[in-house]
Amino acid sequence: MLSPSILIAAIVNGLLSGAVYALVALGLTLIYGVLHIINFAHGALLTAAMFAAYFAYRMLGIEPYLAALLLTPAFFAIGYALQRFVIGPASHDDDRNMLLVALGLAVIIENALLSVFRADTRTIDLPFAFDGIDLGFMFLPLPRLIGFGAVFLVALALWLIMSATDTGRAIRAVAKEKLGAELAGIDVAHIYAVTFGLGTACVAIAACLLIPSYYVNPSAGNAFVLVAFTIVVLGGMGSVPGALIGGFVIGAVESLSSLFFGESLGQIGIFVLFIVVLLVRPSGLFGAQA
Amino acid sequence: MKGLAPIFAVIVVMATVPLLGVSNVTLNFLVVALMTALAGQGWNVLGGYGGQYSFGHAAFFGTGAYVTAVLQVRYGVNAWIAFGLGIAGGAIVAAVVGGLTFRSGLRGAYFALVTLAFAEVLRISASVAPITGAGVGTLVKLDLHAAALQFQNRAAFYWTILTLVAIALIVTRLVERSRFGVWLIAVRENEAAATALGVNATAVKLTAMVISGAITAAAGCFYVQYFLFIDSGLAYGTWISIEALLTPIIGGVGTVFGPLVGALLVRGLGQAAQLVAGGDVPGLDLVVYGCVLVLIIWFAPRGLIGAMAQLRTRSVRPAPLARAGHG
Repeated sequence: MLSPSILIAAIVNGLLSGAVYALVALGLTLIYGVLHIINFAHGALLTAAMFAAYFAYRMLGIEPYLAALLLTPAFFAIGYALQRFVIGPASHDDDRNMLLVALGLAVIIENALLSVFRADTRTIDLPFAFDGIDLGFMFLPLPRLIGFGAVFLVALALWLIMSATDTGRAIRAVAKEKLGAELAGIDVAHIYAVTFGLGTACVAIAACLLIPSYYVNPSAGNAFVLVAFTIVVLGGMGSVPGALIGGFVIGAVESLSSLFFGESLGQIGIFVLFIVVLLVRPSGLFGAQA
Repeated sequence: MKGLAPIFAVIVVMATVPLLGVSNVTLNFLVVALMTALAGQGWNVLGGYGGQYSFGHAAFFGTGAYVTAVLQVRYGVNAWIAFGLGIAGGAIVAAVVGGLTFRSGLRGAYFALVTLAFAEVLRISASVAPITGAGVGTLVKLDLHAAALQFQNRAAFYWTILTLVAIALIVTRLVERSRFGVWLIAVRENEAAATALGVNATAVKLTAMVISGAITAAAGCFYVQYFLFIDSGLAYGTWISIEALLTPIIGGVGTVFGPLVGALLVRGLGQAAQLVAGGDVPGLDLVVYGCVLVLIIWFAPRGLIGAMAQLRTRSVRPAPLARAGHG
């Protein structure tokens, strides 16, 4: 039988990975909540941000946590521009076209990275990567603890933006009633782009938190985004607290099922959960009934 | 039937290509393009005519491929019979996935996600299950006889896939011209209105999905006979699902010839990009595919065929796809 300490270690590990999952899912759910599209480009943007964080350290010597201060606004701008000047005009206000344009962008970004950097896997070695807290029965690496804390800061910042700023109010208005918001003088195309930018900024922060303890290659982001889809569905599409809780739940479930069933079957467990939630309760466990 | 004449004309012209003395490289390119077209023709029945955008057609392609390979290798079933059962396997998977999702009323983005998830579950299962050869994959024994559905001559493979494409074109035309096709298009345009008029939307979508799954599975069955090897990534990889939707969207979504035109175009452009780059730049052809997809939706949302039809009628009014309401 498994000793309780192994079990606890697996759960804690799962919660630590769950934090980054939650951050990726936060961006996804924000975009879904306002634009009502599933952003298939999310994974490719995460990969791009991971490459950016990697080269910021390798070529300029900027540590990832410092790089986050630069990459977050940069990726906000990239996301804003993508929605405002590509996805928006290209999709003619049709939901299915938005899905396809986002998918097209994902294919372009991922394979452009592949063409330039090839399929090689890259990692960085930070001096403090192996520091951490030793609990006796398990070791808590510093980069993952920082990631855990940062997720709550980001969620808090998002909550403040949404509840206390005019832009946040406009975003919520567009999410609730697009036509009404438009009639009230809100520039919907701008709000869509701001939301897409915020979602992309989340991905940039996630990339900076991941890169100290993870590798990057042109398809590195995909693994996170498939899990993030699951979290968003579980937490209710468009629900920010749902994404946070969902992230931790999925992190723990993945870690535990890998422990009991092995890694491949653990992944199947996540997708089965995903399908069952979609079929039985598509509004998610925390979302309002559609 | 009037609508079948253009199909026969196109197929007869294409059938003469191997007689013109083209190289094996060209024939190989055409075989792969036609295989992509066939997978896209399957997607087009459900996505183009029914408006249900699947992001997981690899589930059908891969099942067709695995059934064909595993029956031959492990159970000694004749290749022709295995091929037929592979198509049936794809249809059954489609019936299961469609039955579950349409009954739950999933559509739009939710339908896209759930189909994607089914394909992923199958991919991971195939990568660990012993019957599929797990991570190693399944190798079909080389046996170059027509009885084993393998040919020494590349032209014979070309005519085989061309025949399959021809059958799929005819099926699509028959669907389009039938009462069922009218119901399907009605569901695409406005499901609530169609239901109010007495159309059983769930049954119509489910039937379309089964036809769609069977056609895409046929492409998977052919893949195995042509390459004699299959593994979980080749069978159920995300890329298969993307290619299946790429070709009809680019060629002309909801048109009979759309997938064929789209497949020849994207494969041709991909090949050209690699030639221009001079050598093997991984992913470059896919960058081209992605750009073509975005540009087509942007400037010709009804695909190449739709754009040409619009030019012919000199209509200046843009004709966007039926708008799906938000929320």
